[in-house]
Amino acid sequence: MPTKPATDNLVEVDNVNFAYDSRQILKGVNLAIRRGQVVAIMGLSGCGKTTLLRLIGGALRPAGGEVRVGGRAVAKLSHDELFALRRKMGMLFQFGALFTDMSCYDNVAFQMREHTDLPEELIDDLVLMKLQAVGLRGAHRLMPSELSGGMARRVALARTTALDPMLIMYDEPFAGLDPVSMGVIGQLIRRLNDALGATSIIVTHDVAEALQVVDDVYFMADGVIIARGTPAELRASDKPFVHQFVHGEMDGPMPFHYPAEDYGRDLYSGEA
Amino acid sequence: MMKRKALDLWVGVFVAIGLGALLFLALKVGNLSSFSAAETYLVKANFDNIGGLKKRAPVKSAGVVVGRVEDIVFDTETYEATVAFSIDKRYQFPKDTSAKILTSGLLGEQYVGLAAGGDTAKLKNGDTLKITQSAVVLENLISQFLFNKAADGNKDSK
Amino acid sequence: MTAVISFLEDLGGRATGAIHRLGFASRFLLLTLQNSGMCFRRFSLVVREIYFAGVQSLIIILVSGLFVGMVLGLQGYDTLVRYGSSSALGVLVALSLVRELGPVVAGLLFASRAGSAITAEIGLMKATEQLAAMEMMAVDPIARVIAPRFWAGVISMPLLAAMFSAMGVFGGYLVGVRLIGVDEGSFWSQMQAAVDFQEDILNGVIKSVVFGVAVTWIAVFEGYDAPPTAEGVSGATTRTVVTSSLTILALDFMLTAFMFRGA
Repeated sequence: MPTKPATDNLVEVDNVNFAYDSRQILKGVNLAIRRGQVVAIMGLSGCGKTTLLRLIGGALRPAGGEVRVGGRAVAKLSHDELFALRRKMGMLFQFGALFTDMSCYDNVAFQMREHTDLPEELIDDLVLMKLQAVGLRGAHRLMPSELSGGMARRVALARTTALDPMLIMYDEPFAGLDPVSMGVIGQLIRRLNDALGATSIIVTHDVAEALQVVDDVYFMADGVIIARGTPAELRASDKPFVHQFVHGEMDGPMPFHYPAEDYGRDLYSGEA
Repeated sequence: MMKRKALDLWVGVFVAIGLGALLFLALKVGNLSSFSAAETYLVKANFDNIGGLKKRAPVKSAGVVVGRVEDIVFDTETYEATVAFSIDKRYQFPKDTSAKILTSGLLGEQYVGLAAGGDTAKLKNGDTLKITQSAVVLENLISQFLFNKAADGNKDSK
Repeated sequence: MTAVISFLEDLGGRATGAIHRLGFASRFLLLTLQNSGMCFRRFSLVVREIYFAGVQSLIIILVSGLFVGMVLGLQGYDTLVRYGSSSALGVLVALSLVRELGPVVAGLLFASRAGSAITAEIGLMKATEQLAAMEMMAVDPIARVIAPRFWAGVISMPLLAAMFSAMGVFGGYLVGVRLIGVDEGSFWSQMQAAVDFQEDILNGVIKSVVFGVAVTWIAVFEGYDAPPTAEGVSGATTRTVVTSSLTILALDFMLTAFMFRGA
């Protein structure tokens, strides 16, 4: 069992800017995530949450500011150093992203076979253990196409944690799941994080599930962090945007209507 | 995995068939078995006119292919064409062998025909043939024919 | 006037866009070659792709080769018999196949069957984030996914072209000798005399290798570059087939002009 982690920051996002072509997505984001925490980053679709994950994983480079993991700037790492860092990170993609040309067993064994020299018998034990942890040991021979959405997500989770990473990132892990599966994934995220002594970042807009599982929440809008706090604090918050988001209100700082001309004028103008 | 063995088998079969096809083409369809890898020696010959002779044209003796034309150059001193060709080492020719440029069929490609002489000494690598006959140039043949015809006509009318 | 100007602007934009794309594709090819080390250390990856690209193209290549050869036999006989040269049928069939039809038609068939499959597979892997997932697991997708498929295509093409030509010769034999009655002896002997290993067969093999590189390069590039949507992947697949086919025909002309000039 790993010892209780020190409470220094594993991930630091320092005033980061990022733009896609001409669209400015992140306009000065500041985050600090302590080791051992499960943190949620929430916001509306397209606010830059996934971009943030990619920046942490080194798939993208910030235009301004710095992203540090374990105290080292990710963008400044060499190719080999980046790959060494990635072996200690795990990322669960939306919908799982399992390799469709191999079985569940081979998917979970993938990282072990690529990065370690462990003998097949040992890999066999490890794979079955990982699948057991997510409750799918019996399905190890199935192909990804034969799995339901929730099952595929769980196998992907087993694959992500195959090498016991220290940082696990989740991109919309609850998207498109039935309530039972959502509950399962949520519990697994918590359990695995604590069992591995890891740190987890969940990007989601599923308020109910996330708030049950995480230690800390960050809210993003317009390319910056606009709110931060524990689930209890945010549920009680009266900041307009947070309130609208947490309680799922139809209208508020996020307007219901897409910007348009005056309604009366539109109806009477005769244009199609 | 079990599937992998079947896969390897099929790929092995595939590559085997592919190489077999290549072998078939090389041996049965082409003329690999007859020439390329044999050891050869180089011999030269000078011609007034090589006609349509090209590089890699066959060199035959008694109708059998014994070599290939390797190089054709123009000699600026003698104003003749020097043809270098390689002959299979299995075939030794006497020093007084003659070379003619012949045409296969009536209008076919041209080749070098070797007629062996009677000398006991054999040709060595780098030797030059002494006796050569140039290619028949069709235009010369026709003009000669017409000239003869005209000459006969004149004789008759005189 | 403005219509003409905007048309020219559009044309210019497309031309520069195409050149950009070519540059990107060339860098991609270089990257693929640089990352090919894994392919040779773990050859089983390549073997697997040879199965999907080569073995699964076997049927279409063999059947097409047979039919093309048979048609050559029929048409060739029809023309040659007018000049009393029907005994040269073997020469006609063999040279047509070995020099041109083998590499070119096999290349076109390979592009449409295996090339499009490769593009679709890679495009789909990109769209479902499998390539991104692999990168996050510190495995370079170019080394693991792209390079094996590239080398599998390069290895498979010459073999398929040879099989096509061999089947074609056999088809020509079936029609010419067995069906029509051309003399078997002269069929084979004139063929053997006329088909030179270096000039014809080797050049044909060189052509098929060049085509293999071109088709597979285009296929993996289009797949890797495809927009991660349904229309994106389908457009990329179509582009693979069209671009590969045109490239094969253009390369064929250039190679033929270079190899067979004044032979």
